[in-house]
Amino acid sequence: MGDSLIHARGLVKRFGDFTAVDGIDVDVRRGEAFGFLGPNGAGKSSTMRMIGCVSPPTGGVLEILGMDPRRDGPKIRGKLGVCPQLDNLDIELTVRENLTTYARFFGIPRKEARRRADELLEFVQLSERADSKVEPLSGGMKRRLTIARAMVNQPEMVLLDEPTTGLDPQARHLVWERLFRLKQQGVTLVLTTHYMDEAEQLCDRLVVMDGGRIVAEGSPRALIEQYSTREVVELRFNTEDQSAYAEKLAGIGERLEVLPDRILLYVADGDDATDEVNRRSLGPASVLVRRSSLEDVFLHLTGRTLVD
Amino acid sequence: MVTLVMPRLLAFEGTPRRAASVTERNISTLRSAYWVVMVSGFLEPVLYLFSIGVGVGALIGDITLPGGEVVGYAEFVAPAMLAASAMTGALAETTFNFFGKMKFVRLYEGILATPVRPIEIALGELAWAMVRGVIYSAAFVVIMTLMGLTTWSRALAMLPATLLVGLAFGALGMAVATIIRSWQDFDLIAAGQFALFLFSGTFVPPTAYPEVVRWLIEATPLYRSVDLIRALSTGTTGWVQLLDVAYLMALVALGLTVAGRRMEKQLCK
Repeated sequence: MGDSLIHARGLVKRFGDFTAVDGIDVDVRRGEAFGFLGPNGAGKSSTMRMIGCVSPPTGGVLEILGMDPRRDGPKIRGKLGVCPQLDNLDIELTVRENLTTYARFFGIPRKEARRRADELLEFVQLSERADSKVEPLSGGMKRRLTIARAMVNQPEMVLLDEPTTGLDPQARHLVWERLFRLKQQGVTLVLTTHYMDEAEQLCDRLVVMDGGRIVAEGSPRALIEQYSTREVVELRFNTEDQSAYAEKLAGIGERLEVLPDRILLYVADGDDATDEVNRRSLGPASVLVRRSSLEDVFLHLTGRTLVD
Repeated sequence: MVTLVMPRLLAFEGTPRRAASVTERNISTLRSAYWVVMVSGFLEPVLYLFSIGVGVGALIGDITLPGGEVVGYAEFVAPAMLAASAMTGALAETTFNFFGKMKFVRLYEGILATPVRPIEIALGELAWAMVRGVIYSAAFVVIMTLMGLTTWSRALAMLPATLLVGLAFGALGMAVATIIRSWQDFDLIAAGQFALFLFSGTFVPPTAYPEVVRWLIEATPLYRSVDLIRALSTGTTGWVQLLDVAYLMALVALGLTVAGRRMEKQLCK
């Protein structure tokens, strides 16, 4: 096990008859950025809440920082930073007070809390808004403040539940850039996401979850190599039913997926495949050649797309 | 001043320290607008005391206490108003505000991601409600003494009693807040609170009612509170006040246990 910050074996979470997490094995090592990738309802948030010691596991083994969440909850939570999916900042307090007050929940002395608050506001580029209330902040600013708040106890591990969901592209890049800096500083990051680009940008290693189970595990690159081809050709045809063209494309590349609005051809060389499509004169409305991504891995493993 | 003194008083670890950090959070939210709430909460019992205790009291004359002592009507009503205001102050903070924080602003979700546990949030909120309640009570006790309705030494003895009353109703209010589902339910709470206020031996001794009703009244928490504070105020304490104290302490324990458990169940699913 060594320096395993999260150690789970056969971890289960049930709510009544519904099984949200269905026996997963996870190990997260110190210093890595680890991701849970999956669509809504895959069990990512339930897993995160168990790791954050706010939701007791229904079954299986779970050790966080080498301790038992059922017994050492407060002690473990003292060493974690949590950035929840929905911001739960304190709307009655100012931006700075959100950090200083939160620090007090960890027993950090007042003076030290103030020092860290100023430092963290600097880090998330909110120093100018320190005395503003939380309400008028933009979504991206609120998320950055929540990330700063998660850092106030200098945690050994930071849990981020969909850190950029609901943010516009510019705000997302700013959040990613800050998270990347944390990673470089050696902070262990554990995040959930249903964005493949987020997982590819931030995660050293990830698990793909679907229906409460882990369906694949590895680095983004290894997963793509294992479950997909090098390139993908996306074809759109002017028709109600794309599948009518599936037969006509037979034999091109390794695999083919029919989506409601397009057909994906999994091939080693996109240009060669495009030439072959043209030779059969099928007349697609549009052709796009791109690299394989985690989206393709997910599609291959589950038969469904990540974001619907 | 409170924020400066508190950290030094709270140089301890574990549950008390974590509960205190929740109280401290509430103190940080104090803004000028809050004093309006404070003033209105203080005025209510004073207005009742003048209109009914003094005004109506002039028509009623004297009242005979259970032990046979005869007191003026204002002397009879004033301690009941003190008990009722301790109840109102504690309930306002622990029902309405607590419910909002738990269900709507998700404040506690954020706090529970830290070492603070649900029961510690409950304790911290209760302590906060007491800060407000004690300020009301102290002001009211001073008015009572200045009006000659009690003595300074008795007034001093009444303060810890009002604190106990506040703790009991605060804990009860928090337990209720974890059970109710919507804002509409607060109308029910308000109705119940008003019924308690009218009938708990506040304006009329329970002996004025038929036997069955009298027993019912004497079993209510506000009656036990009024009984305790009135005995202290009029200097007529006896064994029955030990029963009052035991009753209220049991209510504190029960309320906190229920609130802590239900918070855990709702917030730590």
